[in-house]
Amino acid sequence: MKSNPLEFRRKEGLKPSFRIFSYSGKRPKKGKSGKNNFPFLARSPQGFAAGLGTSNHFFRLEGVCGFMNLFLTQTINGLGLGSIYALVALGYSMVYGIVKLINFAHGDIIMVGSYMVMFIMTVMGMPLILAVIGSILFCALAGVLIQRVAYHRLLTHDAPRISLLITALGVSIFLQNLFQLLFGSEVRSMPTLFDLPAIQLGELHITSANILNIVVSVVMMIGLQTLVARTRIGKAMRATSEDAGAAKLMGINTNHTVAFTFAVGSGLAAVGAALYCNTYPQIKPTMGNLLGLKAFVAAVLGGIGSIPGAMLGGYILGVAESWTKNFYSNLTDAIVFGILIVMLLVKPSGLLGKNVKEKV
Amino acid sequence: MALLTVKDLNVFYGNIHAIKGISFEVNEGEIVTLIGANGAGKTSTLHAISGLLRPKSGSITFDGNNLVTTEAHKILRLGLAQVPEGRRIFASLTVMENLELGAYIRAKENLDADFEQIFARLPRLKERRKQLAGTLSGGEQQMLAIGRALMSKPKMLLLDEPSMGLSPLLVGEIFDIIKSVNQGGVTVLLNEQNAKKALEIANRAYVLETGSIAMSGEASALAQDEKVRQAYLGG
Ligand SMILES: Nc1ncnc2c1ncn2[C@@H]1O[C@H](COP(=O)(O)OP(=O)(O)OP(=O)(O)O)[C@@H](O)[C@H]1O
Ligand SMILES: [Mg+2]
Repeated sequence: MKSNPLEFRRKEGLKPSFRIFSYSGKRPKKGKSGKNNFPFLARSPQGFAAGLGTSNHFFRLEGVCGFMNLFLTQTINGLGLGSIYALVALGYSMVYGIVKLINFAHGDIIMVGSYMVMFIMTVMGMPLILAVIGSILFCALAGVLIQRVAYHRLLTHDAPRISLLITALGVSIFLQNLFQLLFGSEVRSMPTLFDLPAIQLGELHITSANILNIVVSVVMMIGLQTLVARTRIGKAMRATSEDAGAAKLMGINTNHTVAFTFAVGSGLAAVGAALYCNTYPQIKPTMGNLLGLKAFVAAVLGGIGSIPGAMLGGYILGVAESWTKNFYSNLTDAIVFGILIVMLLVKPSGLLGKNVKEKV
Repeated sequence: MALLTVKDLNVFYGNIHAIKGISFEVNEGEIVTLIGANGAGKTSTLHAISGLLRPKSGSITFDGNNLVTTEAHKILRLGLAQVPEGRRIFASLTVMENLELGAYIRAKENLDADFEQIFARLPRLKERRKQLAGTLSGGEQQMLAIGRALMSKPKMLLLDEPSMGLSPLLVGEIFDIIKSVNQGGVTVLLNEQNAKKALEIANRAYVLETGSIAMSGEASALAQDEKVRQAYLGG
């Protein structure tokens, strides 16, 4: 099961469950119970209650109030998770916007970022803040390097889109194998990162990880939006995205603009990686597969190329996942991808995407 | 010495030999026009000059610089701006942002006076400066493309069929603008299918036919030439 995509696990210590292959077949171990391990219980009213009862140890089912509480808790969990999707989705969206490339290696950058945080903290013994900054810089550099080595010639020689896509998949596999070689293929635990107090609002318990995820993702989005809308390099990015030839006629070095876009996108993925490690403190070399795929779904859902769209898509996906996990955990991914399909049937350009025909 | 000198230029698209060894020059202060039918090679020539296309062979010299080995984004910095075929304004950006991008290479300068100058010359743009450029009419887009190119304060302007798709009235307006830009000291190389109009404002002209220069001379002389009248001026 080496290639099984990493599931999201709560800090409380859920065992990874190989959901697709073990639908209610394997009883969860005693003492390791949690909402994700009782999907079958949710089918009957009693089971439903039992499922709720075990989902949060601080929570007791008390009628409507209790349901509201659960609803809010799962929504906040979902927003926390969605924030990570959103940060990764921004990179997909930006890169697609500027070079019309679906950079499937982008999901793996979050893996690279996670390992860098771990490496700098545990191997080099540096403090957390340096680990996070180091990881962001390393990923930004890695993003530029990948663009230069793998994509640049294909892009400047007008290679068919399919060649770019295959190259991106190749880079993804390369990164995963490289990190397996460097760090081993087994799951690794992360040290505690941000040790912040949780917030208690009446009966509502909000973990510090969720707050941090949401705050950081919103700040990043506002920063990015400002960068793109207001700054000189932002204008150059939008010009390059719309017509690279005309952008060159304006004196814009489009190679720099594209490299900068990869750097920013990868840096944001590294921020997502730090938040991910803080929320789900276990990492492995293939963790970028499902995470990257879902972030890509978020980008498409929100309208690829749109910054607020990527964020919105990330939040919707996170919340949908969080809610369904609570009731039908076996179907979580099916529902998440189902949302994408329905969404695209209704609005092919995504929620906030502009309906533009692709230049061929 | 001429401001722009093109010598033995050859451009290929794969096996298609689009420009077959043409040579021409543009002197400082002139308006020179390249006239020719569809597919004659006007755009290919301009793209080779502005670096969007690499010629197979030949030399292009602008103000003492070898353009063949200069990257496209550096050519504007030498003082050579282009108004491309089909305008290619940035449709999803505002009029103002398009003009700002025109002045991209002048990042550290104060541009207020330049904007005022552009708006004085192109008053239609002033009212629409907050509008998305894609919502402008064809004529306004052409004016924006010219204004955008002028924002870099070029020594020389390359224009590729600025009259394309415009009503006769607007064509007149655009050509008046080109003339006044030239009188302001900017050298002009003008690609046109509208030979009548182009020959009216140009000093000299080259007639391009399937990648070769078929004729050249003073614009007023070419306008009287029987062959040119037959082929390009409707008899
Ligand atoms: N991208 C391309 N690939 C292949 N052939 C091309 C390409 N662009 C132009 N050509 C060919 O090169 C020749 C010259 O084209 P060019 O666009 O320079 O002509 P033009 O004089 O600008 O025409 P028009 O007045 O229609 O704009 C034509 O035969 C054209 O088919
Ligand atoms: Mg042309």
